[in-house]
Amino acid sequence: MKRKLAVAFALAASFAMLFAACAKKAEAPAATAKAFKVAFIYIGPPGDLGWTFEHDRGRKAAVEYFGDKIETAYMENVPEGPDAARVIRQYAQEGYDMIFATSFGYMDPMLEVAKEFPNVKFEHCSGYKTNPNMATYFGRIEEARYLSGIIAGKMTKTNKIGYAAAFPIPEVVRGINAFILGARSVNPKAEVRVVWTNTWYDPVKEREAAVALLDAGCDIIAQHQDTVEPQKAAQERGKLSIGYDSDMGKFVGDTVLASPMWNWGVYYKDTIEKAMKGEWKSHQYWEGLASGVVALSDMSPRVPEDVRKLVLETKDKIASGQMKIFAGPIKDQSGALVVKEGESLPDDKQLSMDWFVQGVVGKVK
Amino acid sequence: MELVTSILAIAIRAGTSLVYATLGEIYTERAGILNLGLEGIMLMGALSGFATAYYSGSVALALLAALAVGAALAAIHAFLTVTMRANQVVSGLSITLFGSGFASFLGQRLGPISNNHRLVGLSGPRIAPIGVPGLSELPVIGALFTQDILTYALYALIPLAWFYLYRTRHGLNLRAVGEDPQTADAMGVDVFKVKYLATIAGGALVALGGAQLSLSYTPGWSENITGGRGWIVIALVIFAMWNPARAVWGALLFGGINAVQFRLQASGTTIPAGFLNMLPYLATIAVLVAMTFWESLSKRIGAPAGLGNAYMREEK
Repeated sequence: MKRKLAVAFALAASFAMLFAACAKKAEAPAATAKAFKVAFIYIGPPGDLGWTFEHDRGRKAAVEYFGDKIETAYMENVPEGPDAARVIRQYAQEGYDMIFATSFGYMDPMLEVAKEFPNVKFEHCSGYKTNPNMATYFGRIEEARYLSGIIAGKMTKTNKIGYAAAFPIPEVVRGINAFILGARSVNPKAEVRVVWTNTWYDPVKEREAAVALLDAGCDIIAQHQDTVEPQKAAQERGKLSIGYDSDMGKFVGDTVLASPMWNWGVYYKDTIEKAMKGEWKSHQYWEGLASGVVALSDMSPRVPEDVRKLVLETKDKIASGQMKIFAGPIKDQSGALVVKEGESLPDDKQLSMDWFVQGVVGKVK
Repeated sequence: MELVTSILAIAIRAGTSLVYATLGEIYTERAGILNLGLEGIMLMGALSGFATAYYSGSVALALLAALAVGAALAAIHAFLTVTMRANQVVSGLSITLFGSGFASFLGQRLGPISNNHRLVGLSGPRIAPIGVPGLSELPVIGALFTQDILTYALYALIPLAWFYLYRTRHGLNLRAVGEDPQTADAMGVDVFKVKYLATIAGGALVALGGAQLSLSYTPGWSENITGGRGWIVIALVIFAMWNPARAVWGALLFGGINAVQFRLQASGTTIPAGFLNMLPYLATIAVLVAMTFWESLSKRIGAPAGLGNAYMREEK
């Protein structure tokens, strides 16, 4: 009996250790006494070529911009939940002036620590809770997703587009809805099939999801995950894909038609500068194509000229505010009219979106 | 019928790496050594396999490299736990922590300059599935014959592993060492040698499971490519009740469950994904509970009695 307990304990301990196994890295070039210290909390490794890769590119852009006036550090593979609070608190105690947490699940832990350290500035990506010293920031990636939907809608032959999606939360649902709206704006027969992987980062599962979609007859694979695995799976079958996070065509090839991507550097430079000058105030930053924080990557040479032109025109319309992507009429999966003609979905409804637009095959819950 | 065939084919492909790792761990545990370093060894196997294939262009060399790296890591574990009699749990966990960290580190250093020294995002030689002419056309069982060479090797390895363990004197000695090392020692079995060999051979197989991921199933290197499969294997060993022949079913179940639930989602029908994901673990718990309730059952098919204990000669 004792031995069985020991084995059970070993299993429990090993899981705990696994999740505690995050690596800490400080990059301190010639730390002057006055350097402004900024820390980043990452959910995955910067080498994922996706979500964390882009945040780290943003961090590097800030370092390049400020030179030795700032000192940055980051911790990778930090699990969401109580462990995140420990990591954030540690940075606050070590005298970091500003801490960025780059995943949704860091929201509550960060708020908890923010209340303990009123002099440190906290910024949380993709959440909605704030404090006088805690701001939120995010980008309207769905604007770029709408554009990628146009490309997919024009280029699908089976009218079935696959979508490997991480978790059924508003951020992901919003992206899928924007994507089908873009696709249906040029191809009313297009449908988007959604497979939930219930993980942000798992190369094997992401590939399996993409393969399942390809087997179901999809000829283009879009995704809301953190690696390039769905893109590679599509390419191996001779099928096309839409990337996400970073310019995935660079890593996979021209079968990736385009990728909605992040340019966090734009925002990091701006907000760190404000904090250094003492002009920083708590805020809720949520900008789109116009700000440059989100973008559509260069399109693959496989995208025909007329589609390319249409995408660029639409992009200008969205960036100039002339066009809103969640503008009515929009019907949900049951065919009920959710957004009326002439109206558009307000921000708070977008932030809590938990229903699919008509044309999506799959369930939110 | 076509759906069943394609699901079975995917389940076998997904399960292959799990079967290798499970076989490896069964041999290790049969000798009384609990190796919790699986996750680290699999990651190192995946990394060394891919890096070797990328630079040498040879898949055979890549597999050899993975085997060697797995054997080396397992040898550290054997030295610590058999010779130094260190706590097996602690040693295994440190192998996992070391292996996963070191694999990430090497993944950022071993790549070519053109890729910023990173291995992520590169494509190298891979092991492609080969259909057996004739057999691969058959309904359902055709799924068995549209696999890669590592899977075909398993078809031979599983019965061999079973035969060795239950029908040869060496296998009997191995099991005796795991059950009661003192008695085995008194019978003239070289306990230390058996423990070393089983751990090292087991580690090599585990690493091969990792290499199957980076060379065949998800070709290429990405950090944490195993996604916790090393831990699943520990559950699988219990599920298989330490018998190589039963390792297949657990691995198929664990490997196939995602294939099934993703396909159900893709076809538009929805059974909650969480429910399906839970099933294999539920089965593992059921096995554990059954073995706790019926002691006689546990004696016959349960964990080796000496599992996790350090053996010291002449000690009572």
